Amino acid sequence: MVEALFWPALLAYGEAAVAYASPRTARAATWGVRLGWLAQSALLAVQAARADGFPWSSWAGSLNLFVWLVVSAYLIWGCRPRFRLLGLAVMPLAVVLFVVARLGGGTHGGSGAAYGSAFLVLHVGLVLAAFAGFTLAAALAGVYLWQERRLKSRAPDILRLRLPPLQSLERLTWRTVLVSLPLLTLGLLVGVLRLRRDHAGIDALEAATLVTWLVYGGFVALRPTGRRAAYLALGGFALVVLARLVLSAGHFT
Amino acid sequence: MTLTVVGLSHHVAPVELRERVTLAPAAAADLARALGDAVCLSTCNRTELYLSDVEEADAVVALEELAGKPLDGVLYRLHEDAAALHLFRVAAGLDSLVPGEGEILGQVRDAYESVTPGPVLDRVFRQALGVGKRVRTETAIGESPASVSAAAAALAAQVFGDLRGRRVLLVGAGRIGELAASNLASRGAEIAYVANRTGEAGSALAHRFGGEAVPLAEIASRLGNVDVVVSSTSAPEPVLRAADVPARRRAPLFLIDIAVPRDIDPAVGDLPGCFLYDIDDLEAVVAETLAGRRAEAQRAEQLVAEEAERFRSWRASLDVVPAIASLRARAEEIRAAELAKVRVSDDERRTLESVTAQILNKLLHLPTVRMKEAAVTADGVAYADAVRHLFGLDDEGG
Repeated sequence: MVEALFWPALLAYGEAAVAYASPRTARAATWGVRLGWLAQSALLAVQAARADGFPWSSWAGSLNLFVWLVVSAYLIWGCRPRFRLLGLAVMPLAVVLFVVARLGGGTHGGSGAAYGSAFLVLHVGLVLAAFAGFTLAAALAGVYLWQERRLKSRAPDILRLRLPPLQSLERLTWRTVLVSLPLLTLGLLVGVLRLRRDHAGIDALEAATLVTWLVYGGFVALRPTGRRAAYLALGGFALVVLARLVLSAGHFT
Repeated sequence: MTLTVVGLSHHVAPVELRERVTLAPAAAADLARALGDAVCLSTCNRTELYLSDVEEADAVVALEELAGKPLDGVLYRLHEDAAALHLFRVAAGLDSLVPGEGEILGQVRDAYESVTPGPVLDRVFRQALGVGKRVRTETAIGESPASVSAAAAALAAQVFGDLRGRRVLLVGAGRIGELAASNLASRGAEIAYVANRTGEAGSALAHRFGGEAVPLAEIASRLGNVDVVVSSTSAPEPVLRAADVPARRRAPLFLIDIAVPRDIDPAVGDLPGCFLYDIDDLEAVVAETLAGRRAEAQRAEQLVAEEAERFRSWRASLDVVPAIASLRARAEEIRAAELAKVRVSDDERRTLESVTAQILNKLLHLPTVRMKEAAVTADGVAYADAVRHLFGLDDEGG
């Protein structure tokens, strides 16, 4: 059952990643995102039904959930034709991470649940949702830098290959971080409560997540504009990647 | 029922000739009504008469009277499917000077609505309006600007998105600058200041846009209050240098320099948050978008061809519809006559009416479908003749 849902989801995401390249197939790409998201939602539901507790306890499992959250966040913006090229940034990333999650066994069914505690489920869910938002913000920042460079260099094709307006990208990056930061804050608070209860010290992942929180906290406090804001959003995302892909393996054992 | 178009356009007639035959909407409608079942489409680029069952020669005479001379070699005359295809291309903007321009669709609608056309013209114009709309929604042919001034406004929108509430400083009261300002204003921007060497021209333009006239020397002091600068003076030296531009902290500054020699120091474009486009940049953008329009035009041609095929099928079906109607009328007549001979109760009559009507419908269903199918091929008329002959419909006067 899980196998039967993984491949349609991957196929649909892959189709979207490619189809966003042309305005003619942008509509098909959006449908690819929608159908893929539905298939992945079903996959997660099956995993949840089979597991005894929280089924995304491994790093690969949490990556699977993370991809779903990223695509969910993207769907909020992705249905807009003007943001077609944002899909070109987000969907290939989603495909790659989805494949990595599968290679790590995160899309298999019936895995054992390491987390039985509602505290931990809340902690992981909130942090992953925040990371998904930061990923989307980074994609928006990347598109901002691309558009800014094209405007500066006076690219003749700037009205043929239309990106979203510069200020819309800046505003959306800001809003996405603004929504994601409270989720990370709550997720971290829940984690700190658990650490205090268990009298445990912080590991590398937790330290990196704290630094991530500081970077995005600075982003919200200072509200930078232009290139500076885009670079900061991308810098924060680099920490998200570090936390998600490099340091998370030890944290979940 | 015939369909013909007689007319001239920018493809074949110079402007000196076109301006003589161009008619105001009311006069165009009057001419169409005078000819009979006709629609007159008259714009600055074309004057065309679409006719149904009207003598072509009458339309030629009418146009030659307007031109004041014979129009041999200039007028084109298209008939039936070719006339429909031409109208579809016109409505889609494919026959326009700038491929994909949208104004023509409204002009076709106005011409159609100004008269009461017969069935063929009604059908072909309604379909043409649908084609125009379809091309606009299913292709990107009309999305790109076709002029320098429109490109300037579109580029500003690439920076700011919605231009409503954005403040513009217009430097110089030249024609191109005014056009660029008009384009920005049409997208919701506010022309806040007009700076000009001579106060009168600047004041007149500022008054027109509802802005404030300021001296050229005050340009630098106003830059902090505006989002867009459009400059088109004939000054030999730059009127705006990099040192005059304040550091942009929160919002970008978009500068359009349409003047030759240039009004704005190119170093301004290197400042953070400043985006500068000169006339060459704008022309390169327009050339690129026109290339894009041509690519989209190929897709639009496919849509137009599909619609032309639909129209051809509809026209062909007109040949068999009278035969089908006669056949059904004849069958119904026989059924009614035979039922009248039967003496039965009212309940039994109702049952008989129902059963015989069903038998009739089932018997005639397949021949009706087959005739409609044949109508879109070359056999349509032959089928219709055969039905009339076999069932004696001509004898009945049907």
